[in-house]
This record gives sequence, C-alpha cells and structure tokens, in this order.
Amino acid sequence: MFTKIMTPVDLAHADRLERSLVCGAALARLWGIPVTYVGVTAQTPGSIAHNPEEYARKLAAFAEAQGAARQITAQSHAVVSHDPTADLDDVLLAAVKDTGADLVVMASHVPGLADYLWPSNGGKIAAHAAASVMVVRG
Amino acid sequence: MTDTSSDQGIPEPEGAAAIIETDYNIGQDNIDGQVGPFGFDIHNPVFLISGLAIVAFVFYTLALPDQAGAAFSWLFSAVTKGFDWFFLGAANIFVIFCLLLIVTPVGKVRLGGAEATPDYSYIGWFAMLFAAGMGIGLMFFGVLEPVYHMAISAPLGVPSPFDADGNLIPENVEAAKQMGLAATIFHWGLHPWAIYAVVALALALFSFNKGLPLTIRSAFYPVLGERVWGWWGHVIDVLAVFATLFGLATSLGFGAQQANAGLNHVFGVPIGPTAQVMLITGITAIALISVLRGLDGGVKVLSEINIAIAALLLLFVLLAGPTMLILTDFGQGLAAYVREIVPLSNPVGREDTGFVQGWTSFYWAWWISWSPFVGMFIARVSRGRTVREFITCVLIVPSLVCVLWMAVFGGVAIDQVLSDPATSQVKAQVIDSYNPPLSLFAMLEGLPLANITSVIAIVLVIVFFVTSSDSGSLVIDTITAGGKVDAPVPQRVFWCVFEGAVAIVLLLSAGGLQSLQSMVISTGLPFTVVLLVMCWAIWRGLREEPR
Repeated sequence: MFTKIMTPVDLAHADRLERSLVCGAALARLWGIPVTYVGVTAQTPGSIAHNPEEYARKLAAFAEAQGAARQITAQSHAVVSHDPTADLDDVLLAAVKDTGADLVVMASHVPGLADYLWPSNGGKIAAHAAASVMVVRG
Repeated sequence: MTDTSSDQGIPEPEGAAAIIETDYNIGQDNIDGQVGPFGFDIHNPVFLISGLAIVAFVFYTLALPDQAGAAFSWLFSAVTKGFDWFFLGAANIFVIFCLLLIVTPVGKVRLGGAEATPDYSYIGWFAMLFAAGMGIGLMFFGVLEPVYHMAISAPLGVPSPFDADGNLIPENVEAAKQMGLAATIFHWGLHPWAIYAVVALALALFSFNKGLPLTIRSAFYPVLGERVWGWWGHVIDVLAVFATLFGLATSLGFGAQQANAGLNHVFGVPIGPTAQVMLITGITAIALISVLRGLDGGVKVLSEINIAIAALLLLFVLLAGPTMLILTDFGQGLAAYVREIVPLSNPVGREDTGFVQGWTSFYWAWWISWSPFVGMFIARVSRGRTVREFITCVLIVPSLVCVLWMAVFGGVAIDQVLSDPATSQVKAQVIDSYNPPLSLFAMLEGLPLANITSVIAIVLVIVFFVTSSDSGSLVIDTITAGGKVDAPVPQRVFWCVFEGAVAIVLLLSAGGLQSLQSMVISTGLPFTVVLLVMCWAIWRGLREEPR
C-alpha cells in the first residue's frame, strides 16, 4: 500500500502531537514500513537547541525513542530554514520529496476563523503534496 | 536552505565552537496562547512594556503637543550639542576596533562555528544589508549634503565658493568642492558602517557561536552573567525596540513627505496629509506582504530588486552627467576623504561647531540609534562568514559604494550649481531656499529624461522604505519574542501595522514627527555606551573561539 511515512514534528510542542504519533506508528506497523520524523529549525538559537547541529541530534534522539517505544523503524530528517514562520509549508513540501515518503501523517488543530487568513500547515500540505496526506485533528 | 538530514552526517559539534552554558532556556519567559483566533508567543515583560510605552508616548505628543515639542527639542539639542565629543570619540573607537579585527588573528573565527557555510550569496547578502542599512538616506541626502557642505556648512572652516550676494569666488571653488564631497563621504563611509558592524558582530557571535538568543541583551552576557535574563536585559531590549520602532515610524513619515514632494513635482499631486497617509498605508501594505512571505521570499527579493533599480539610476546619472568629471570627482573625493578623515573625526577643540554639532554629532547619534535594528538584521543573514570577511563586507564595501554614490549624485549636482548658478534648480532648492525633499528631483531636472528618472526615483524611495519597514518588523518581532525567530505570524503583522499606525498618527499631529525624531536621537546616547561595552564583549568572546 505505502512504502514510507513522513510525520512532521514540532519538538517544542511534542505533547500536542500524541494522536498523530500514535496513528502514524499504527499504520507503520500495519504495513511494516518506516516512519521519518521531520523537524524544521531556524539557524538562530531556539527553545530546543543552540544551533542546527544540536537540533538534528535532538530530533534523532526523538526518532530513536519513538522507534523503541512504538516498535517501528524510525528515522529523522532535520531541515534548516532561514525563516521557519513564513517558509514552513514550502520546507515540509520539499521534505516530502526528499524523504521519498508516499504517506504523510500530521497533526493539525481544528480550523477556526484565522485559517481563512493563514491556512493551517496541514491544509496546505494536503493541497499541494504529491503524497497521500492524513491530517489528524486535535 | 541547508539540509542536515541525520543520515547525511551531522557536522562535528566542535564546529559550533565555545557555547556559553547558561541555565536560561530560550522562551522560558514567554507566554503563548490565543487572542480570539490569533496565536501569539511573546516575551512577557519586553513585549508589553515596549508596546504600552509606545502607545503612551504617542498619546503624550498628541495630547500635549507644545509641551512635548519643547521637551523633545531641548533633549535633542542637549544630546547632540553637549555630547558631540562623546559621539565622535566613540565612533572613532568603533572604526579602529573593526580595522583591528581585520588584521588580528581573531579575524579567522567563523560565525556559526568552524564548519558553518554561508547561507546567502554575496549579492543577496549585500543587497539586504545595504537596503536595510542606509538605502533611503542615500536618496534623501545624496544631492543635498555635498552641495550643502560645499556652500553653507563650512566643514573645518573651508570657505564657501559663493559670497554673500551669491556670486562665485573662483579661487574658493576647488577646495570647497573637495571638502563638500569629503564631508559627505565622512558621514556615510567607515564610521556608520563600523557602528553597524559592531552591533551585528556582537549579535552574530553571541547567537551563532555562543548559543544565546538573538536579542540585544545576549551581547551583555560576559558583563552581566545570568542577570542579563532579568531586568537589566529587559531594559536593554525595550530600549532597542523603542529605537527601532520610533526610528522606522519617523522615517516612514519623512519618506512619505519626500515621495509626496516628488509626486507633486512630477504629477502635480497635492502635498498634504491625504496623499501622505495613503503613501504610508501603501508602503505598510507592501511591507506586510513582504513579512508574510518571509525573509527569503519577501525581504531578500525586494532588497535585490531595490539594489538593481538603484544601480540603474546610478549608472544613468553617471552616463547622462559629465562622466569624466564625475570619475575625477570620485578619485578626488576619495583622496580628500582619506586626507581629511583625521581632522574631520577629531572630537575635541573644533572651531567648526555648527558642522560638528549640526551634522556629524546628529548623524552619529542617528546611526547609533538605528544600529540595534540594522545590526540585528545583518547578524541574522551573516551566518557562515568569517569575522574578517564579515568586517570587510560590512565596513569596506558599503563605504566604497557610498563614496561612489555620493561622488555621482553630489558631483553632478555640484557641477550644475557651479557651471550655471543662475539657472541651477539644485542651487534654488538647497542653497537659496532649503528644501531637502526636492533636492534629488532638482538634480534630475538638469539631466535628460527627467520625468522618467523622477518617477524611478519616487519608486526607489518607496521600495527603500518597504525594505526598511519589513526587516524592521522582523527585528522587533524577534526581540519581543525573546529571541525566537519562529513566533506566530500574527505577531509580525501586528508590528508592521503598528509601525504604520504610529507614523500616520504622528504625521497628522503638528510637530509629532520632529518630537519623535528627537526621541530617536536621544536613545543614541545610552546606546553608545551599549556599543562600547559590546566592543569589549566581542573581543572577549572572539578570543575564546577556536580559530
């Protein structure tokens, strides 16, 4: 059915991702395929890491922990962006290609008024990615 | 964009150099949540204090315009006249410090760690730092200043080529012309760029190499230690937000007036608040699109377009004007600058107080108050350069471009004034009556295709403002989010709109812009101290870095 799952993660808000992580892992076990966790960081120090290298290490550790806890093959893919706020959608779309994933499982909030002005990342990815996209609410 | 996929091998951690270990987590003082449908993530005291204080200042100047006007103009003259020696002396220290960094071994340190690679090409990088740094000033002062210094302000006591009745005194011409160019280049050359370079280098070093958040306070870590995360740091950051927002708002106001003067000159658009409010609204709207598109898709693209148009205009004036004469001016202006830089930058015992206090001291205070904004923006786009490369590109190259610009625009204008004083529009707008916003258009009038070039000049003025406004909004957003560059979108929209709103409100009140300009200049004084401390912090920080 699918060969590889990609799950975008925001390490600063990992607690809000539980449902999408569980869902992605269940699908990965169902077909016996790997999950690649994609994280986006700026070059400047942030709440997660002092620099992009440290961020990549933390993301790799996150992926390893997920793999062990959920019994799946997990990889990580850290991407550096000059301006994550503005570029997130484009960066994630590029990551779908780079990782070679054919299914994206990602978390999204319940759409509200603001989504008319700034569409959610999940919505944008679903609209533009070549891969299948599963948007997990709340 | 760099891809550091984990299975491609991560650069060695020592590439990231001497990280400062601190208990502070970036974002720990932030509050995040929702206002209605909009998310936010702001640094608690800094965002609220700076936002509320700005509103309070605007109310003060509106409610008590006379009192505010008097208070601010007193402050303005106290700062520029009483502390001229301090500004001039400090600026000299910054230039010497930067030149030293180029030649000493610490110049080999790479921003972002030994393994870091530059994110932007030289062209893109240069376009951004130039457009944010002083592009707009070149439009406003490129004609005005050389002519004014030649004929009126008498730097170092060099006499004017005109007598009291406006007749040419031939024996004064050559010296006055060279001094006019040299004094202008002095104000736009090494000194301002050294000021920017100090702030930019401090922020880049402490953020990319030491791992501290990208805010002004981080450069104070070597001095204040952990206290920098408390009220000391809050005060420094709030001051930086003030200087940036008020600087941008006043510039927006003055820019709207210049664009309005230009539109009046070419199309007969009436001069008045209606046109200016529409201009500010338009500029803010374009800036808004730019910040929404982000650093690469918005700010960088606009900066590049901007520099391309400016280069075309420069080339046109060079070719349409007396080309050989301009090239000679360039050589002579540069030579005069080199010859006169020491006497011009001498901080004490000057006879030409009018020039020193009215121009040099004002400029140094102005550059210094802009330095948190421009410096932080330069820092953000400079990762991966070595210190030597960084200083050369931030100090030497822009200085040379400014010399060229001033030699071309000023040289043509001076030539128009001297060769035919009776009909020269520049003489009419700068010397006979003082009309700064029109000086550029008056010079273009003396060249062919004046209507087309004037329209291009108006477009340039507007786009230069957009590039200052969008990069300024990103900077304020980062400072007020405690150094986070990935705060929610509505926040940068808020600052961009707020900036335009402050500009409009002040434009509509009598003397509002002047009051606020005085405020901006006054913040230059505490910031000079900030910059001096930064020099020391940079030196200490660089010595610990692996080279």
